[in-house]
Amino acid sequence: MIQVLAFYLFATLVIASAVFVIMSRNPVHSVLWLIVAFFNAAGLMVLVGAEFIAMLLVIVYVGAVAVLFLFVVMMLDIDFAELRAGFIRNFPLGIAIALVLVAELVLGIGAERAGALKLGTPDGTAAPLMDRSNIEAIGALLYSRYLFLFESAGIILLVAMIGAIVLTHRERSDTRRQNISKQVKRRPDEATINVKPEVGKGVQL
Amino acid sequence: MDFAASLSLVAPEILLSTAGLVLLLVAAWAGDGASRAISIASVAVLAACAFMVAPALCSGAMGPDTVAFSGQFRADAFASFAKLLIYAAGGAALIVAPAFFERVHAMRAEYPVLILFAVLGMGLMVSASDLLTLYIGLELNSLAAYVLAAFLRDDERSAEAGLKYFVLGALASGILLFGMSLTYGFTGTTSFEGIRAALSGTISMGALFGAIFMLAGLSFKIAAVPFHMWTPDVYEGAPTPVTTFFATAPKVAAVALSMRVTLDAFGGQVAAWQQIVIFAALASVIVGALGAIGQTNIKRLLAYSSINNVGFILIGLAAATPQGASAMLVYLAIYIAMSVGGFVAVLMLKDADGAPVEGIAEIAGLSRHRKVLAACLAMVMFSLAGIPPLFGFWGKFVVFQAAVQAGLVPLAAIGIAASVIGAFYYLKVVKVMYFDEPANVAVGKSDWAHQALLAIAALFISPLGYLLTRWLGALADKAAAALFLAA
Repeated sequence: MIQVLAFYLFATLVIASAVFVIMSRNPVHSVLWLIVAFFNAAGLMVLVGAEFIAMLLVIVYVGAVAVLFLFVVMMLDIDFAELRAGFIRNFPLGIAIALVLVAELVLGIGAERAGALKLGTPDGTAAPLMDRSNIEAIGALLYSRYLFLFESAGIILLVAMIGAIVLTHRERSDTRRQNISKQVKRRPDEATINVKPEVGKGVQL
Repeated sequence: MDFAASLSLVAPEILLSTAGLVLLLVAAWAGDGASRAISIASVAVLAACAFMVAPALCSGAMGPDTVAFSGQFRADAFASFAKLLIYAAGGAALIVAPAFFERVHAMRAEYPVLILFAVLGMGLMVSASDLLTLYIGLELNSLAAYVLAAFLRDDERSAEAGLKYFVLGALASGILLFGMSLTYGFTGTTSFEGIRAALSGTISMGALFGAIFMLAGLSFKIAAVPFHMWTPDVYEGAPTPVTTFFATAPKVAAVALSMRVTLDAFGGQVAAWQQIVIFAALASVIVGALGAIGQTNIKRLLAYSSINNVGFILIGLAAATPQGASAMLVYLAIYIAMSVGGFVAVLMLKDADGAPVEGIAEIAGLSRHRKVLAACLAMVMFSLAGIPPLFGFWGKFVVFQAAVQAGLVPLAAIGIAASVIGAFYYLKVVKVMYFDEPANVAVGKSDWAHQALLAIAALFISPLGYLLTRWLGALADKAAAALFLAA
């Protein structure tokens, strides 16, 4: 009973906040609504017993992606009113595409239910471990069977990082960068000078 | 298979990644001044890796002893053959780079590191026997390649090439992933062996869709028509050493990967994909030949030539026989030598200030003042056209032979006809170099490393190459046998 209640609560909130994402006038509010939607989707994932995905949603989507969106929205000067005008003009097209997608979903699921579409039977390498949470099950697979691929994926992320630095990092001459070792090495006698200004005359440094 | 045995099978990959990480640290501390030293170290690492994979090829390793990490990785003779070609091409891209980048003060220590990681990704691709390995290898290679294409970031064309390659490559990865998820959904497994077993009998519509989407994604990576549009722009815009790399190593990796997917995973369903491959082969041969005719930039011309060559390679795949696979490998080896020769010759075309010369009109009369260079470039062009005394003919010959033996006579006939069209623009370059009024633009001196590489490539594609046919054919046969045993 409580599960059903929780499901309807989370589901309503996901849909409501998703509507607010596209309806709110202020783009920053949109991103904040998006965060609400992610949290509620995480709640739904917990309900179906996928707590690992719930955690990923919160950590990756809320923690990283949403914050990134917020940065982009705040840093870039985008005319959202103009974007919205295009949105309304293309609204019928959007609805048509959405209907096509829904029809495909219905047809696909219907065909599978009717037995016209036979999916493969899983080969069992990724079967869940008994009496273990799915975090443990994923960990056990990731660090044993798929260890090699897991490590290789790490190299991909490293290459992405090298790439971002190679393409964007450059020494700039027009900014004054902090040189900590130079600051630390400075002696008091280099930093201060004693002058005795005459009355009525300024100091020449 | 226990863990230690698996680790010993991926020893070249471990060496490559460790070397990449160490050299990255060296690059971070020593700065761009150390790029030449890092490049030399990277070439040494590639040579060491080549020595590590060579025994598997010479002994024709195949069967369960070559499978690592519960069927995700296969270090058999086929993978070794492809890896040797990839290491050679990667080494060439490292050797030609410093002289080119140093002129514009853009040689950065990350270049050799990125090449090493790209080579690592390609090694994973050719050894993949699981959809996950396939994808991770492909992405590792592509991600490094996107950065390399935009390596001259102050140059507009290079930035454009990088962006174009990235957007289209991401789209192709999406298509490939969609196909992989369909395949997984309809077979219930990601391993090639499992997919093959699950697809016995008539293939279901869903699995067929999966196979087609995967082939579409892979055709993008090998630049086969109709997924070739990015090639001329990216090859022209990317810095020439990077273009040398793109035209060689990733081609080998993607072709070898396509062979694994079609002949191993979908090897029981040849009828399902054969027509697609035949279409892609013919379209590539024809579009590559016709598209090159109007080109005025020699890098664009070589890009169309690479599309054309991929078509000939795919004719071997359409045969779907061990002879076809062996012919493809022989063709790949010769193609690598021709491409490296062609692009190194382009790198050596410089004006008096040392700036690169890329226009075909600007090399008019090259034979008058750069005799040896013009002769080498002419040899590469004749070889690409498949004119008999040169080694390029042998590659085309074995591919057509395999197609005829597999009963694909019309395919071979159209291929031969199209190669005549292709000969037109190759010969045009030779004509411009030898018979036109000298433009006296490409007069600059070239680096000794470039000369050495060009000499090696020219020697390989010269008629002396025929001394290697027996040896090369035997190795390719071993590799093809390993591929078909795995299947």
